[in-house]
Amino acid sequence: MTAQEGYEELESQFAQWRHYVEGRRELQSSDADELEDHLRGSVDGLIASGLSPDEAFLVAIKRLGSLDDLSREFAREHSERLWKQLALTGRTGGSEAGPRSRRDLWVMVGCAAGAAASVKAPELFGLRFEQDGSFYGPNFSLFALPWLAAYLGWSRQVGHRLIAILVALFALGAVAANVYPLADDSQSVVVTSIHLPIALWLVVGLAYVADDWRSSRRRMDFIRFTGECFIYYVLIALGGGVLMAFMFGTFEAIGVAPEEFISQWLMPCGAVAAIVVAGWLVEVKQGVVENIAPVLTRLFTPLFTAALLAFLVAVFWTSAGIDVERQALILFDLLLVVVLGLLLYSLSARDPLAPPGLFDRLQVALVVSALAIDVLVLLEITGRITEYGTTPNKVAALGENVILLANLAWSAWLMVKFLRRRTPFADLERWQTSYLPVFAGWAWVVVLVFPPLFSYA
Amino acid sequence: MKVTKDLVAASATPMVLGILAEADNYGYAILRRINELSGGELEWTEGLLYPLLHRLERLGYVASSWQSVTGERRRKYYSITSRGLTELAEQRRQWDTVVDALKGIWLGLGDHGSLPAITLECRA
Repeated sequence: MTAQEGYEELESQFAQWRHYVEGRRELQSSDADELEDHLRGSVDGLIASGLSPDEAFLVAIKRLGSLDDLSREFAREHSERLWKQLALTGRTGGSEAGPRSRRDLWVMVGCAAGAAASVKAPELFGLRFEQDGSFYGPNFSLFALPWLAAYLGWSRQVGHRLIAILVALFALGAVAANVYPLADDSQSVVVTSIHLPIALWLVVGLAYVADDWRSSRRRMDFIRFTGECFIYYVLIALGGGVLMAFMFGTFEAIGVAPEEFISQWLMPCGAVAAIVVAGWLVEVKQGVVENIAPVLTRLFTPLFTAALLAFLVAVFWTSAGIDVERQALILFDLLLVVVLGLLLYSLSARDPLAPPGLFDRLQVALVVSALAIDVLVLLEITGRITEYGTTPNKVAALGENVILLANLAWSAWLMVKFLRRRTPFADLERWQTSYLPVFAGWAWVVVLVFPPLFSYA
Repeated sequence: MKVTKDLVAASATPMVLGILAEADNYGYAILRRINELSGGELEWTEGLLYPLLHRLERLGYVASSWQSVTGERRRKYYSITSRGLTELAEQRRQWDTVVDALKGIWLGLGDHGSLPAITLECRA
């Protein structure tokens, strides 16, 4: 090997070493610069004393000690680096994303303000947030979700065609919420209030996946986005609750009653603006911290499995039929939603190439026990429905049950096949992502078709 | 004989501040200077030196600046600040006290002749 080749080899070794160093989050790129300078100084000294470049590099690396030890020492001094900060105005040190992320922040603030303004706009026409529940109930998601979609659409630079589709779908939602002559106390108002947000959320999904709406990966990203968004929203809501409690207490103490401000302004505006903020947070913090939803599913999957199995055992042990009251179907719908959520979010965080493990078996147990319980409930309830006649509430709940049941049954089948290594894991993922339009379709049917079908009951 | 880790750690700050009081310097050269001063007896690692330099910088005892050397290489030079000099004086006072006390003990012991081996090693 000539000296020239030796030095070229050395450079590539430096580059490789640097790559490793930069993979450590305890070490920033300025630290890498400093350490590289040190390493080069060390190598130069060793070459001067007669070693070949190759040997010098090995000795210098050895002297530097293992990267683990080095990072540990750095972490002791810079422990804040392990708690990645969610910088609101660009990160220190990394200037690349600066102007872009700041513009992003302003667009988000604009969208959140727009949401807050739009929720107050109907007051100009004499509608009150507290009194006109039959207006605000079905319309509430229309004040927040279009703004979130606008923010996502902006950040993805979506094309004109998609913008037109989004606008049309939101307009359709507005029509569904407002055109039908529904009585204030009708069941349909409640049914629409529940299903329109689901339909519109999937429209937000369209903005999220943008032009890539056929891609299974992108749809899975949207599922992840949904979970994280939900968690952020809950956290923001908790913080908002604390804020309101303090506002209430402190103003009360000086004799100013803030109830009206809180219930008329802070709560509705905060509730819609927080949806935009939550969506933005998920976008910004991607990769900054571990996703929370999969962690929660890991925690709760064993617990739910145990609870459901215990319930099944109890049902057979006492041989008592399930006492199906009016609310039971909705309760079991929610149970299936929770099980589906547990399934989805552990799917979303799973390495598709990993072989089946204990946790996958546990999930099969969870899904199968949920299915068994649901079948029992359905057997009990179908008779009742034919007995008492149909209402939009019951049909919607029954429809959801059937849709969730179909999803979970096929998932269970795919999971069993996956456990026996007959199908790849990707099939399961594809099944879930291709099922999303079914949820959307059903929600739209409920919102658009049910009111006239049940003669606006 | 190798100096124990605890002692190395305890003497690290005055050592670095003292070296920087001589002249501005960078990490690798500081390490070599320590090596040279102790005749290779003080085992310093990079994992000790660089985090220490960063801590001293955070405390305001030293300041750093990047200077370019050959090619695209950048080198981070450290210089001592006035706060660092004050700290160095304080540390030096403390170390003098410790060293004087130890000397007093060991020389006293030597006079009584009870531990000649230690006395010899100490003088050597």
